[in-house]
Amino acid sequence: MPEVRNIDFKDPVAQAASAVEDLQDMQGEKMVLNMGPSHPATHGVLRIVLELDGELITKATPDVGYLHRGDEKIAENMTYTQFIPYTDRLDYLAPLANNVAYALAVEKLLGIEKNLPPRCQYIRVICAELARISSHLLGVGCFGMDIGALTVFLLTFTEREKIYNLCESLTGARFTTAYTRIGGVSRDTPPGWCDAVRKFLNEVVVNIAEVETLLTRNRIWVDRTRDVGVISKADAIDYGLTGPNLRGSGVDYDLRKAQPYLCYPDLQFDVPLGSVGDCYDRYLVRMEEMRQSVRIVHQCLDRIPGGFENKSKEPVNVADGKIVLPPKNKVLSGMEELIHQFMLVTEGVNVPPGEIYFGHENPKGELGFYIHSRGGGTPYRLKIRSPSFVNLSILSHVMPGHMMSDTTAILGSFDFVMGECDR
Amino acid sequence: MSTLDLARQLTARFGDVLSEPAEFRGEITLQLADAERIVEVCEFARKDLGFDFLVDISSLDNYGEDPRWTVVYHLRRLADSCELRIKTGVSEEKSELPTLVGVWRTANWHEREIYDMMGIRFRGHPDLRRILMWEGYPYFPLRKDFPLAGKPTQVPEVAFTQVAPLEGGPFVTAPGGKDAIEREPRARTPES
Repeated sequence: MPEVRNIDFKDPVAQAASAVEDLQDMQGEKMVLNMGPSHPATHGVLRIVLELDGELITKATPDVGYLHRGDEKIAENMTYTQFIPYTDRLDYLAPLANNVAYALAVEKLLGIEKNLPPRCQYIRVICAELARISSHLLGVGCFGMDIGALTVFLLTFTEREKIYNLCESLTGARFTTAYTRIGGVSRDTPPGWCDAVRKFLNEVVVNIAEVETLLTRNRIWVDRTRDVGVISKADAIDYGLTGPNLRGSGVDYDLRKAQPYLCYPDLQFDVPLGSVGDCYDRYLVRMEEMRQSVRIVHQCLDRIPGGFENKSKEPVNVADGKIVLPPKNKVLSGMEELIHQFMLVTEGVNVPPGEIYFGHENPKGELGFYIHSRGGGTPYRLKIRSPSFVNLSILSHVMPGHMMSDTTAILGSFDFVMGECDR
Repeated sequence: MSTLDLARQLTARFGDVLSEPAEFRGEITLQLADAERIVEVCEFARKDLGFDFLVDISSLDNYGEDPRWTVVYHLRRLADSCELRIKTGVSEEKSELPTLVGVWRTANWHEREIYDMMGIRFRGHPDLRRILMWEGYPYFPLRKDFPLAGKPTQVPEVAFTQVAPLEGGPFVTAPGGKDAIEREPRARTPES
């Protein structure tokens, strides 16, 4: 018969009280902890200087700029078309959406955004929504990984891989897509691409449902995210939050509905809203946005003019030789096309003087381009209003009062990307 | 109510300093003559006209013109998505205007960025430090007289005191050229 031993556990409350008693002279002393710029939970190179009282955050000062490459300065020194590859490197988790946003901004300045061929509009919407699914998959996956749910990360990355394969067959690149052109897209969809997208959509909903079963009612997940990082409606607006972070706080504002562009008015989709504004709500909003994106892409595939293989040869570029490059065989045989090609390549698209602001509903929020043109082929000033930059400015307001371990939950729920924040 | 009506209300209230609304590509722009009154105008726009969302603040360097700086504010009403742009000029000698942090807290980082990139100061800003460049960097890189390839600094303890390694090289575009032909390296003669 085994020997029974009684272990005398001290009462944990009494133990904690005695610990506080012992450390009385250290009470009120604050510690400054430097988090980042190289830290797995900061998703890139965000640095936060935390002032801690024990485990409690009393002050948080975000420090950005480690990835500053001077994109706005670069833009002033090249033609509008040459800047398209730089937009890939803004939000590098959703390059296709950035391409679409930038092309639409320049087209608004040219005044041709209403003349875009329908097939081009549908392709662009498919691109933007695929980018949204890809970005949210990563956002949710990394959010889960930061809190300890590693399985989610592996699941979502499997699906993202498929999106990259789709990007590759559409644009020739997995990451740096540079797919749009001023007045259209660089090429039509390759044979079989639309079928592949449809197949992917059917697979991704299964995956999203699986992630949902892993997280949404998971006790640990809910405990870690619920009522953590609560942002009120008024604060969200005051700090200029956009995208899922704004809608997580219950503000019904989505640029696709509020200022519809491309073919979004023809498509049916819902805008999910949070009710509390905590990390859990922001997670739920992203999950639902992915499903709505799947719904949007399904509708686009159903209606895309010209069908999957474009048998009726629908154009994908505006019919204006002064904006879009002519086909190469015509350049080599026709005088006018040769001149157009020469002018477009050497001087760029001739843009009228004026200024516009165009905001696009990117996965991370509102990506806006303010372009001030004084005529000619280069912008006089191109300001990028990046959602991550603005969203991060609220950190110093949200973080104080939380435990140190909540920082990963809060940062994960914000889903920012430093390439775009620092530009 | 359309954006134009709202803009008219704003000009009716501040007729002495606000220009008539100008429209381009469906966007309304107002020019504010006195930058010192930007807070007053924005407070009225926020409280009485319902422009609750500050989308963006950007800045322009009109190099060689007076006033040298233009600061551009983008306001939005979330309820009906009306948007308004208010522009105001700031002279180079002054290079200062009041902060909007008291009206929208999102102005904080936008104004820090403008200070960092253009060197325009915002009076009353709670924390006017550099944001994208590092503390102690001596130049304002988005100014038109700052070359694309960078400048050497006189502060040895600050990193990157050398100009960009390819400055003047055969494949470096020349900044400030009006078109690609002027900027394009192959269009330059080697000694220029």
